[in-house]
Amino acid sequence: MTRRGLAVIAALAILVVVLAAGSLMAGKVWAPFSAWTAGAADPRWAIVFQLRIPRTLLGVLVGGALGLSGAALQGYTRNPLADPGVLGVSAMAAFGAVMTLYLGLGASAPWVMAAAGMAGALAGVAALVALAGTSGGMVTFVLAGVILNTVASAGVALALNLAPNAWAAQEIIDWLMGSLADRSFLDVELCAAPILAGGAVLLSLGRGFDALTLGETGARALGVSLGRTRILLAVGVGLACGAAVAVTGVVSFVGLVVPHLLRPFVGQRPGALLIPSALGGAALVLAADILVRLTPSAAEVKLGVAMAALGGPFFLVMLIAIRRRLA
Amino acid sequence: MSAPAEIGPADTGLIARDLAVTLGRRPILRGVSLAFRPGEVTAIVGPNGAGKSTLLSALVGLRRPDRGAVRLDGDDLAALAPRERARRIGFLPQSPEVAWAVDVETLVGLGRIPHVGAAGLTAADHTAVARALDATAMTAFARRDVTTLSGGERARALIARVLAGEPRWLVADEPLAGLDPGHQLDAAELFRAFAAADPAHGVVLTLHDLAMAARCADRVVVLKDGQVIADGAPAEALTPEVLAQAYGVRARFHPGPDGPAFELMGRL
Repeated sequence: MTRRGLAVIAALAILVVVLAAGSLMAGKVWAPFSAWTAGAADPRWAIVFQLRIPRTLLGVLVGGALGLSGAALQGYTRNPLADPGVLGVSAMAAFGAVMTLYLGLGASAPWVMAAAGMAGALAGVAALVALAGTSGGMVTFVLAGVILNTVASAGVALALNLAPNAWAAQEIIDWLMGSLADRSFLDVELCAAPILAGGAVLLSLGRGFDALTLGETGARALGVSLGRTRILLAVGVGLACGAAVAVTGVVSFVGLVVPHLLRPFVGQRPGALLIPSALGGAALVLAADILVRLTPSAAEVKLGVAMAALGGPFFLVMLIAIRRRLA
Repeated sequence: MSAPAEIGPADTGLIARDLAVTLGRRPILRGVSLAFRPGEVTAIVGPNGAGKSTLLSALVGLRRPDRGAVRLDGDDLAALAPRERARRIGFLPQSPEVAWAVDVETLVGLGRIPHVGAAGLTAADHTAVARALDATAMTAFARRDVTTLSGGERARALIARVLAGEPRWLVADEPLAGLDPGHQLDAAELFRAFAAADPAHGVVLTLHDLAMAARCADRVVVLKDGQVIADGAPAEALTPEVLAQAYGVRARFHPGPDGPAFELMGRL
């Protein structure tokens, strides 16, 4: 780890801590630090401890999972536009989770939806790697992502179409929009282990991503096993992204925006980008969630909707910049 | 040169025995046996599609031959762990991509990947990177973004990347392609310097430019349709007869005061 890398990580860690504190205070009810220590007598104490602490923890975990997954997918594909959302991994996770809602299994046991989300994400990355793995070209990867997105959204649409009742359809729609609102410690418990495990797997691939800077032949010549890298990438993104999507619904563009913004600060080295992207993803989701809560509207704007609204234009600007560079 | 049959397992060198590779139904290599010795720069030449790149990828262990085997300084190449193989052979692929706009020092540091443990680059790694930058006269460019380098600077940076791994063998596929004559000579000089730096070092290159092959190689191997048709010192291997057979051209080398001069006279 270089000195510059450590400085970036330290700065982002401080940012996450500050935003986490902000996330505990901000909302329809302002809960400053003094309210936290007031004990159960203060109604704000319950808001902080029962609602905002799980919400904040989820923001950190989910944002970290999405940022790290994006950095890992970009490192593997050598494509700055790769992201769990763009490549259809989030959509596949959502498809898995929606199926449990459609089948009414979501309520049977809390872990069912998380498991289905992870299974969907795992199937998504596996299909992605199988479709585009050996050729590894930027175009094949994006096209494979388009296919996955199409298949997954068709599946979700079919589930909505055939929903047994309006209530089930509403539940699916609400969930699809992606939000951290009204989550409990149970959700934190459900996603924490798979996100941390998946994150650890992805962090172990840093050197392989560095080597892939020299292309697949270059990486193999440096002794990196691409087969092993692919399998671990699928497992890591499947666990982290699948668990994240399963508890919050689809929150797109975190994995696209964060690594892209942080890449210049770590000298562009994909392995050095992993930890900063996890922290940056956590910071971005926390910040967006605070803004969403402070929006003066009758119904809370869903986090997934807000991120998509921000991400679309960002994607456009990136594409124009890349086009200019290639021209 | 000795026939491969006489080569015992303990011999040093990069030794290919009866390599055969078939892609689909098309035979690419048909029983290639070659022994590369330390201390030498060997150039592999031949017409397009002769199997040069396939031969190199088999020599560096990136392609398992359908038949035959490669021995690296006495060890069976296929049995070596990928990291160990990567520590011993530095391979520079044809027109290598650099996916991200990393600086030169980071690029060269990638050559240390087969050596580094979980702790990241150690002092020894940094020393090796600094030496590689120095050997290729790239020290002044250490902080420069790779995408801003000229073709010649980029070629030197990529050679430095291989040198940083401190391999015993340096294998490069068309390392001089796309360089102007001056930079071709500079790059060729780097390969010669590597071969001369340590008695255990050896260099294998594929080249398109026959004049460069005659100038910078100690030995030239001519490959055609997956078979070796000539092998020896440049003057012995690149005879008019061999050039006619390999390329279908009338061409010859004239001995000159500054080394052999290549004359291309026309199509046969």
